[in-house]
Amino acid sequence: MPTTHHVAHFEDLAKQGHAARLGMWLFLGSEALLFSGLFTLYAAYRNEYTSDFAAGAQLTNLPLGTIMTAVLLVSSFFMAFALATARQERSRVSIAALATTFLLGIVFLGLKATEYTMHFRDGIFPGAYYTGPLGERHGVVLFFTLYYIMTGLHALHVIGGLVLVGWLARRTRRGDFGEAWSTPLELGGLYWHFVDIIWLFLWPLFYLLR
Amino acid sequence: MTGRSITVRTYAWVLLALLLLTAATLLLSFVPLGMFHMPVALLIAAAKTVLILLYFMHVIEQRYTIRVVLLVAVLLLGSLIVLTVADTATRDVPFHPPAPE
Repeated sequence: MPTTHHVAHFEDLAKQGHAARLGMWLFLGSEALLFSGLFTLYAAYRNEYTSDFAAGAQLTNLPLGTIMTAVLLVSSFFMAFALATARQERSRVSIAALATTFLLGIVFLGLKATEYTMHFRDGIFPGAYYTGPLGERHGVVLFFTLYYIMTGLHALHVIGGLVLVGWLARRTRRGDFGEAWSTPLELGGLYWHFVDIIWLFLWPLFYLLR
Repeated sequence: MTGRSITVRTYAWVLLALLLLTAATLLLSFVPLGMFHMPVALLIAAAKTVLILLYFMHVIEQRYTIRVVLLVAVLLLGSLIVLTVADTATRDVPFHPPAPE
């Protein structure tokens, strides 16, 4: 069964897996560059509007942001757990772990949506549409424009990750992954962990800033 | 496929460490650290990133090529961010980036 995954132009399955893994890391490198552009923009604007950024961060919801951080960290654990158990041929446990990861991703998005809704009610919108508190300070408006771009782009990545996790769960159920071969599950996991790492930096920048 | 030495028990310890570091970051955010606030928070975030990379993302048991990709990415992204910050933080005349009206 595992031999069916091996394509002819690779010497063996191990080399094929290594090539796939390297490709995934290169993709994650370019994703990191995408986010780093935004992190750099944030740093440059913060240098200019230091006190405005600190004032803006007081308007985000620290308890919600902290819970979201914990939710993503736990989901990452279950993702790693799913791969480990799939490789031990414990596919039922693996599916349960993937389902938990999926559920935690939904919880994360739900909390994010709640937070956005609260901001909208306060008139906190990006760019020229900002009618919230301290709107006369340019830096506060910039802070929230970056907030929406960066957390929004991150949320899109979480949605993409959820699609991926659902697809991986379906394939695990079909019995595709095991000790000999589990490359898609491994690469999907890498993506999920990457998205988690991005949030680890968004959290201090937008919630913890003083 | 390299060795699969990482056990579920290790994953659990890593998760515990990640959650403790998160709690530490949160508590430290209430300590008046002045200008060191953000550097400390980002340093802890970097430590969490290393834990995730090494264990959840299996870098600790990967071949050298993956580490090269990672190293190049860190170097390039690091210079992008550090040089930009060094520039904007040390200008005599504020550069006033465009702001929405």
